[in-house]
Amino acid sequence: MKELSLNILDIAQNSITAEADLVEITLDETDTTLKLSIKDNGYGMSPEFLASVADPFSTTRTTRKVGMGIPLLKLAAEQTGGGITLRSTQRSADPENCGTEITAFFHKDHLDFTPLGDIVSTICTLLQGFPDVDYLFTHRISSGETPEEAGEGAEGAEHVIGIDTREMRVILGDDVPLNDPMVLLWVRDSLEEQYAEAGSKPSA
Amino acid sequence: MKSLEELAKIRERMQNKVVLREGQANIRVAVGMATCGIAAGARPVLNALVEEVAKRNLNDKVTVTQTGCIGMCRFEPIVEVFEGDKERVTYIKVTPEKAREIVEKHLIGGTPIAEYTIGAAEK
Repeated sequence: MKELSLNILDIAQNSITAEADLVEITLDETDTTLKLSIKDNGYGMSPEFLASVADPFSTTRTTRKVGMGIPLLKLAAEQTGGGITLRSTQRSADPENCGTEITAFFHKDHLDFTPLGDIVSTICTLLQGFPDVDYLFTHRISSGETPEEAGEGAEGAEHVIGIDTREMRVILGDDVPLNDPMVLLWVRDSLEEQYAEAGSKPSA
Repeated sequence: MKSLEELAKIRERMQNKVVLREGQANIRVAVGMATCGIAAGARPVLNALVEEVAKRNLNDKVTVTQTGCIGMCRFEPIVEVFEGDKERVTYIKVTPEKAREIVEKHLIGGTPIAEYTIGAAEK
């Protein structure tokens, strides 16, 4: 993948396949690091599946359930000296709190860091293709070298860019889908404005 | 920042429009958006299609959808056009430029662009 935002698009689709109705995409960025989290409330993965999902070559798949999506994200993170973690709870084990969270950590100053790229297009593409799912996108940008120095969470962040489709839906009601062209354009403009105000294009 | 009030206006406008919408979408355009498609550049192709369809007011006639891997990863990005009873048209190695041309000549003009189809590649 040429951009991390393409990995994000790819992985978020797994959440939708897992019947999630809320997908949370969070980016925590400092001067030198990037933490990505994609969290859903879908039906989750079994412990066996979870153990094998990051390695496409060790699976004994008989169906096309495992793809290259997670291995590619893992590669992108590891080649910067970072890595990924996976957590998942199956719906059968806990229907109230099921879901999957993938976290990836990147060192931005590493030569092999893949730029984030056009994250706005990724968000718009998700809304366009799967308008019945809700998305919470948050991109926190902090100055400082490390997550500790920059301060964890929203308090330490200098800029918070984001969109919550649940808020949008309250206003749009049932008549206007998230993938209406006017709505998509609004989302694109809104995010681009927020990035412009933050004085940073998505990390390059 | 873009205000949520603008969204409310979009809704109002849409509600007024709903009545006018008689025509049914009878053309479906599907873009392969699995890992293979995305890696090959399907996202800008999809965005070009969505934009062009909106710009030319084809939303009542054309639906743009995303689909999974169709098993011909080497030909990605793939765009398929389904129209009524007609045979499906499969475009391969599509770029945003080709996508706009497909909207112009095929979706509006009614004539598939043979040279971009899988048929042309397999000759």
